[in-house]
This record gives sequence, structure tokens and C-alpha cells, in this order.
Amino acid sequence: MTRFVLKRLLLLPLLLLVFSVTVFAIMQAPPGDFLTTYVATLASSGSSITAEQVAALRHEYGLDQPIWVQYLKWMQNLLTGHLGLSLEYQRPNAELIGERLALTLVLALLAFVFTWVVAIPAGIYSATHPRSALDYVFTVLNYIGVATPNFMLALVLMWGAFAYLGVSITGLFSSEFVEAPWSGARVLDLLTHIWLPAVVLGVAGTARLTRIMRANLLDELHKPYVTTARAKGLSEWRLVLRYPARLALNPLVSTIGWYLPLLFSGSLIVATVMNLPNIGPLLLRALINQDMYLAGAILLIYCFLTVLGTLISDILLAWLDPRIRVDDA
Amino acid sequence: MPDVPAAPAAPTAEERVSVASNWTLVWWRFRKHRLAVASALVLLGLYAVVLCPDFFSTQDPEATDARLAFIPVQRVRLFDGWSPRPWVPGIIGKRNTITLRMEWRLDETRKVPVHLFASGYPYRLLGLVPLRVHLLGAAPGAGAGVHLLGTDRLGRDQWSRLAHGTQTSMTIGLTAVTLSVVFGVLLGGISGYVGGLPDLIIQRVIELLQSLPTIPIWLALTAALPRDWSPLRVFFAITVILSLVGWTTLGREVRGRFLSLREEDYVLAAELAGASRRRIIVRHMVPNFLSHIIATSTLAIPAMIINETALSFLGLGIRPPAISWGVLLQEAQNIQTLALAPWLLVPGLVVIVSVLAFNLVGDGLRDAADPYGD
Amino acid sequence: MEPVLSVRDLRVHFVLDEGLVRAVDGVSFDVAPGQVVGIVGESGCGKSVTMKAILQIVEPPGRVVGGRMLFRGDGAEAVDLARLDPRGAAMRAIRGAEIALIPQEPMAAFSPVHTVGDQVVEALRLHQRKWRPTGPALSSADARQMTVELFRDVGISMPGERVDAYAWQLSGGLRQRAMIAMALSCRPRLLIADEPTTAIDVTTQAQVLNLLRELQRRRGTAIVFITHDLGVIAQMAHHVVVMYLGRVMEQGPVDDIFHSPKHPYTRALLRSIPSLLAPAQSPLPTIAGSIPHPLGRPPGCAFHPRCPELIAGVCDRQAPALKVVEGEQSAACFLYHRDEAEP
Repeated sequence: MTRFVLKRLLLLPLLLLVFSVTVFAIMQAPPGDFLTTYVATLASSGSSITAEQVAALRHEYGLDQPIWVQYLKWMQNLLTGHLGLSLEYQRPNAELIGERLALTLVLALLAFVFTWVVAIPAGIYSATHPRSALDYVFTVLNYIGVATPNFMLALVLMWGAFAYLGVSITGLFSSEFVEAPWSGARVLDLLTHIWLPAVVLGVAGTARLTRIMRANLLDELHKPYVTTARAKGLSEWRLVLRYPARLALNPLVSTIGWYLPLLFSGSLIVATVMNLPNIGPLLLRALINQDMYLAGAILLIYCFLTVLGTLISDILLAWLDPRIRVDDA
Repeated sequence: MPDVPAAPAAPTAEERVSVASNWTLVWWRFRKHRLAVASALVLLGLYAVVLCPDFFSTQDPEATDARLAFIPVQRVRLFDGWSPRPWVPGIIGKRNTITLRMEWRLDETRKVPVHLFASGYPYRLLGLVPLRVHLLGAAPGAGAGVHLLGTDRLGRDQWSRLAHGTQTSMTIGLTAVTLSVVFGVLLGGISGYVGGLPDLIIQRVIELLQSLPTIPIWLALTAALPRDWSPLRVFFAITVILSLVGWTTLGREVRGRFLSLREEDYVLAAELAGASRRRIIVRHMVPNFLSHIIATSTLAIPAMIINETALSFLGLGIRPPAISWGVLLQEAQNIQTLALAPWLLVPGLVVIVSVLAFNLVGDGLRDAADPYGD
Repeated sequence: MEPVLSVRDLRVHFVLDEGLVRAVDGVSFDVAPGQVVGIVGESGCGKSVTMKAILQIVEPPGRVVGGRMLFRGDGAEAVDLARLDPRGAAMRAIRGAEIALIPQEPMAAFSPVHTVGDQVVEALRLHQRKWRPTGPALSSADARQMTVELFRDVGISMPGERVDAYAWQLSGGLRQRAMIAMALSCRPRLLIADEPTTAIDVTTQAQVLNLLRELQRRRGTAIVFITHDLGVIAQMAHHVVVMYLGRVMEQGPVDDIFHSPKHPYTRALLRSIPSLLAPAQSPLPTIAGSIPHPLGRPPGCAFHPRCPELIAGVCDRQAPALKVVEGEQSAACFLYHRDEAEP
């Protein structure tokens, strides 16, 4: 198994390299370069910049050099932690991203936990009690959950809360905690606000996972090893949990790989609608305003998280399934 | 040995099954899923709207009139007392003395009669035939128009805009998936059947594309589209962008199928019986995964629809004045506006219904296409 | 001696969308202590369902709808398995401990993600109060040690290492032996072997059969041996039950069945065994016709459409009852009980 993990780890930098080229290419797509837009934005907002400053910036970003040099300069800056400057905010990108990255991760992880805590038991129940009343309820909820875009759910919930309860459920903190330093009370306040976006984010994934778990378990329940276990005298729930559920989970574990990154990118839309301090809305604004270095940095972060997620799920899958783990040679 | 008693004359159910072609069997199995059949009917209805949205509209979707902003939903009632004369409640406007804007509410006492196949604004059926007939319209001389789903802040009729948005969104979904299928089957087929170096390269490309974070990349690509492109060009560009990443799943599946089918016993049997390579592919392998591909594609359409809706909702997909479900939902972003005009959320409901329908039909097709199913 | 298992008129029905399938339609037989009873028949005759019914593990939409299955455990009075709740504690205490199953395909019957040792230990732990009524709970070390001994008993080489192996790491023969070890771990009175030799090659088959015979002799376990292979029956069974379409066609001591079969179906089965002594190029003997669809059950005797000795007007109208023909041999055929048929 170590060989398996090592092989995947070695591929990581290679993958990121390819991604960095892709992201750089996308960054170059809009017309004009970063500096002309920068100068124009400065001019329209009233501040000005001298010709020497422009020349200095041009040199620093290598914008007067051929494109591969620009790429290398960008990579060099990235690896030393200089993520560039934001047009709109006039602040270093590293700061902007840093403020929001932690919350992005927390939101995605909470949605992930919610999904698994709800979907697995629901799927197991549905498979062991097929065609029962609760199974039908779950099935209906699942179908609707998969069909509802998460921003739609967010919109409906926000509207409902506002129109009927007069409550605004946007943002992650109550007004008194927004700018306050971190404390136990602030964390608590965060938790009371973040559960709703986490649920909204996780609904589609939960619905999908429940259906898959149900289908997988239904397949496994008819297999011979279940009959053997039953013939040994095990009670139903114990044997379901110990054998077929365990096997039905295996393919699901590999889905963690794409699910985690999906949560990261999906949080983008939910965060935009619910006005959360997430790197997603930051990316959106950057793209609309052609704030290319900020956009590029965030895109790379998404790529990194995606690849990390895949790696984690590969490792988990290998660890859970002895057929892969032991059969290395 | 004494004779076995003669077989009965009429074909038994078993015999009918054994002589039916594969497609007939698939259709019979699909028919048993009542939900899937109902969903298929819903989809047919939606595609009827796609073919001619103007026929289903009541007003010109682009006509703006600030005075007519936020007219509430005028629901159609089919019976006037006991006689079958459809009507909608009239509307009364009052100018708000503070904001100086017109505010409308329903007046149940005034009944505006509504006719089927009424005459309305002119349009061209499929771009060729000039017509004026619409499915529903206010009776002539009624005075005002009919707003079956109210209006938005610019006074535009939501029902008509929804019809046109349906056309755009459903078409994008279908074309993007078609493109994905073409890419996927072509590249996946080459990969699986030819093997060797092309297989290796294509596999790596697929892995790469699948490792990309989809939504951010889509956002970035659509943001890179020049602002001055016409809505039609944007439409095609969006379709291509959506399918560029979407084909990978299908490509992988097709490749996997080809690889496993090559090892199947019945392919070996066909080879041993002397069948040519082409015959094996066309008569033995393709029918085997064709139904599977159809089912998978149907299930891929809803994802495309949701993606396009999300992109347009964020302002980076289809851009006004083009209309799609996402563009319509943009109007619903503001909570205060929503509180005033909750009917602006209806396009979202249509998204949910269409995605649900596609999923149910896709599931039904997948189950029907599986020969080892029930 | 009282029989270990006494099945009377067992009926198992499957309620399907297309109709009612009578998978087991009035089956009766006895299993004496230490005896091997072989149930033989073609695919679809209901022998597997019978086996599942005894253990009350018939899966829905199947259900045991009638009959009795009297089981006598060690010293205890007889309990009717048909009356027990399939999920209840009483039935679960019997499964594995008093009646054990050797399933058909050991590869698929072992969980792929647990070691074989773990799975045997689970059985031991579950029923420890049966074979170890008093004393402290079974420790892991003891359980493991017991498993190693069990493996040695069934002839698994290097038992200490095999205990930690996964089923897919073992050869077919070793897997089957591990399965037998697991089944015998709690010293059941009755073993049910569901086609244990179908999935393995002939040489391994011989070894496994020898092992079963040996173990059976040593421990006096009764075995219900289910198979479609007449050769295996001849080697293993003392008593044979021939089934067709859910009913017993004939039963009796193995010698009688093989040397003087009474029922036309049994005769046809025996005739269809290819013989080394037959002249070359002679066509392989078969039974005319094919097994009817479970929903298209022939009226009267289930075998009559394919029977070479059909009595028209009788066999196609009523089903014959299972009656003694000679000594301990009984058959369900109007050839021997003509007077039973109503005019």
C-alpha cells in the first residue's frame, strides 16, 4: 500500500504543474493585460499612478517579457507566497484569500459531515426496508433533492425566512461579531449561522449519496456471504452492518474524491447567494472585474484542493479494501 | 417413446418475449415504469414549448413598461359560475405617493375573459411562417394584457419570458450533452477498441480534465468570453464549454465498456463462428452499450441544465437580452424584491420539474435497457 | 432412535407479480442421527429452497406456508422449525449452533473484507453459551486458538497462518475446508451441505467428500446433502430423496435407488448418466422435453408430460401421493398405486 500511496504522491506536483499552465492560459484569455486594466481602474476611481510606477510594476510582473517568462515569474512568485495584487481591493491577494480560506474549508467540511451522517443511515434503512412508507418518503425527498440546484434552495429559504419571519439569514456572523476577534463566543455564533449554508450545500450530495447507498446495499444484500452470515445465526441488523453495509460503503469511499472538491466549488454559488465570506464569491468578483492574478491564485487553490481530495479518497479506498491493500505485488 | 402432448396453439407470453427484438423489449420494460412514462410526457410538453415558445407566450417577452412593474400572478380560472368560460382576475393599479411607483393588486370582481388560440403579437413559427395566434390571450376589447405569471421590475411578462427561457435552457442542455456524447463515444471508443498509445494518451487527458474543479473552470472560461459577442455566439460558446468537461465521464464509460465487451464470451463465440470484425462491432458490441449510452446521456442532461442555470444566474453564462432560466432567476437574487414578487422564483420550480423529469426518464431507460433487470 | 429432523408436508410459496410459484409443494422426509440424506434433482426442483426453509432463511417474496419441520437438538424435545419466527432469538440460537450450513460457493460465501479466521471466531463467539454454558466469556486468544485447531482438524496446512488469510487468497479446496470448519465450529447436530462440490474441480471434490465422510463418522453429525450430481450421491448418501418441481418423486436407501429405481423420473436420471461402457458414437441419452416454467405447472403428476410410462387419463388428472413400494423405498407414481387413482 505504501507503494500505491507514494506513486500517487509523486504524481501530485506533476498534476499541479499542468494545472498551473492551464490556469495561466485561462488568465491570459481576456483581452489586454493586467496592467492596462489596473491603470484604467485606478484612473476611474480617481487615484493616479506615475509612469515610473507603471514601468516598475510592468517589470515586476514581467509583462514586457515573452509569455513563458511571465509564466515562470508567476510560478516563482506563487511558490514564495506572493500571490499578486488585487485590482479591486488594492490589497495583496494572499491577505484576501487567507481571510476566507479557513471558512471555505470549514463550510465544505461541515456539509460533508452532514451528508454522510444523514445519507448512510437513510440509505441503509431504505435498502433493508424496501417499499416501506419511510422508504417512499426518502425516495421522494432524494429525487427532489437531486433535482434542486443548491442556490435555488438557498433563495427559497432566504425568501421564506425574510417574508414570513422577517429574519435575514445571510452572512456568517451576527452583527456584533462580524469584525470582532476570535473568541469562544464568536465560534459559537459562527456555528449557529453556518449550519444552514452547510445543509443547503449538502442537500444535493446527501440525496445522491442516499440513493447510491441504497442501490449498492440492495445489490449486496442478495449475495451469498449474507446468506452464510444469516445461517450462522447473526441478528439481522448486526449482520447488515457488519457485512453488506461495509462492502456497499467501499465504492462510496472512492466518491469522496470528487465529492470534496465538488463541495468546494459548489460552495461558490451558495456563498454568493447567502453572502458568505468564502473564496468563491471572491473568485466570481475577480472574474467579472478581470482581476486576473486574484482569479488565477484562487483557481490554483481549487485545483490543489481537488487533487488533494482525490488523493485522500484513493488512500482511503486502498486502506478499506484489503483486496487492493494486500494485493500490491 | 410415446409422443409428448402437442404444444398449445396461441403464443404464450413466454413465446412473445422470446421473439421480440431488443428495442421492443426495452420499450415494454420502460412502459411498466409509470413514473418514467409520466415524466416522458412532461418532457414532451416542455419540448413542444422549445419548438415554438412564441405560440405559448402571451406577450412580447422583451416589451418593457416601467408602469407595469410587479403585476401579481393572474391565475386562470376555467369556469365562470357554471359555464366553461376561462377568465383571469383583473388588476388595479395605485400610485404610491411616496415612491411614485405604480403598485398593482388583483381585483377578483373584474373578470377578464381569456380565449384559447387568441390573436396576439406577431411572430414567425420556426423563423419562417408569420403568425399571430397564441395558445392563450385576452379576449379582444378586454383592454389590458394577461399576465399569467405576473411581471418583473421592468414590467416584462414572466410567463412569456419563461417560455423563451425554456427554449434556451433545454436546448443548451440537449446540445451540450449531444456534443459530449459525440466526443465521449469517439474518443472513448478509440481508446477502448484500439488500445495502445492512443488509449494511454486519451486516458491521461480524461484524468486531467476530471481533476479540474468544474465550476471555477467554467466560470473562468465563460468570463473570458468577450463582452461584445452576440447572444447567439455566447450560446454556442457556452454549449461547447459545458461539453468540453462533460464528455470525460461518458468517454471513460464507453472505453470501459469496449474493454470489457472485448472479453465477453459471446464476442469470442462470434469470432469463433467466423464473424468479421466490423460485424462484431456493429451487431454484437454496439447494441449492447447503445441503450446504456442513451440512458447515461439522458441522466447527464439535468446536470448540464443546472450548470447553465447556475452560470447564467451568476451573470457569467447566457447574458441579457437573451433569456434562459438562469437569467430569469437573476431577478430573484434580491430578497426585498422577492418579498414583493415571489412569483419571480417560478423559473426555479420549472428547473426542478424538468430535472426531475429527466432523472426519472433516465432511470427508467437505464432499468429498461438492462437485460438482466426484472 | 428418533430422527434428528423430520419434515412433513413442507410448503414454500413465492408470491410474484406474475403469479404464485409453489417452489416446495408438500415435501416429507426424515433424517436419522448420523445419517447422510442426499436430496437430488435438476435445477429448479426446489432442493435449495427446501434447505433454506429448514434454516428459515427463505427470502421474500418466498414464505413457508405449511408443513412441519421437527428438529431434535441435543437431548432437548423436538421443536417445530416452521413455527419459529425467522428473525427471532430461538431460531437464531439454532442456526449455526444446532444446524449449520455449508454453502455452495465458498469464494462468494466468505466476506471478502474479513479474514476467514475472523469469520470463524464470530461463529464461535456468537454461540459460545451453547458449547460452553458456564465460565468466563471467550477471549480473543482462546477463540483464535480454537480456530487454528479447527483448521487443523479439517486438514488445512499451516493453520496458524491461514487463519489470517482472506478467502480470495486461498485455493478452492482450502476455502471449502475453511467453510466446513466454520460450519462445524459449534458442533451442530445437523449439517446442510448445499452443493458443496459444484464449484470445485474433481480431485479437490474427492478430498472434500472424504473429509466430510470422515468428520461425519467421527462426530456423528447428520448431513443433508443437496446436489444434482448422482455420482456424489452414490458416494456420500445413505438415504436418497429425488425431487422434481417441488415434490418428492421417490426416496429410499441409496442402494435400492441406484439398483432398482422405481419412479420413471429416477430411472430416466440414472439412464442419462453417460457410460464409459456404451459403444462409441452412440447418442447421449436425455430426458425428453424440458422442465416446465414454474408458473406453468402441469396438472396431475408434475412429471407426466415427459414420462415414458404415462397412463393417459390418470397421470394428467391427479397427483400421486408418496407411498411405500418396497421395504424402505417409496415412490409417488400411479404405476405402483393404481388403485389410489380415482376413476
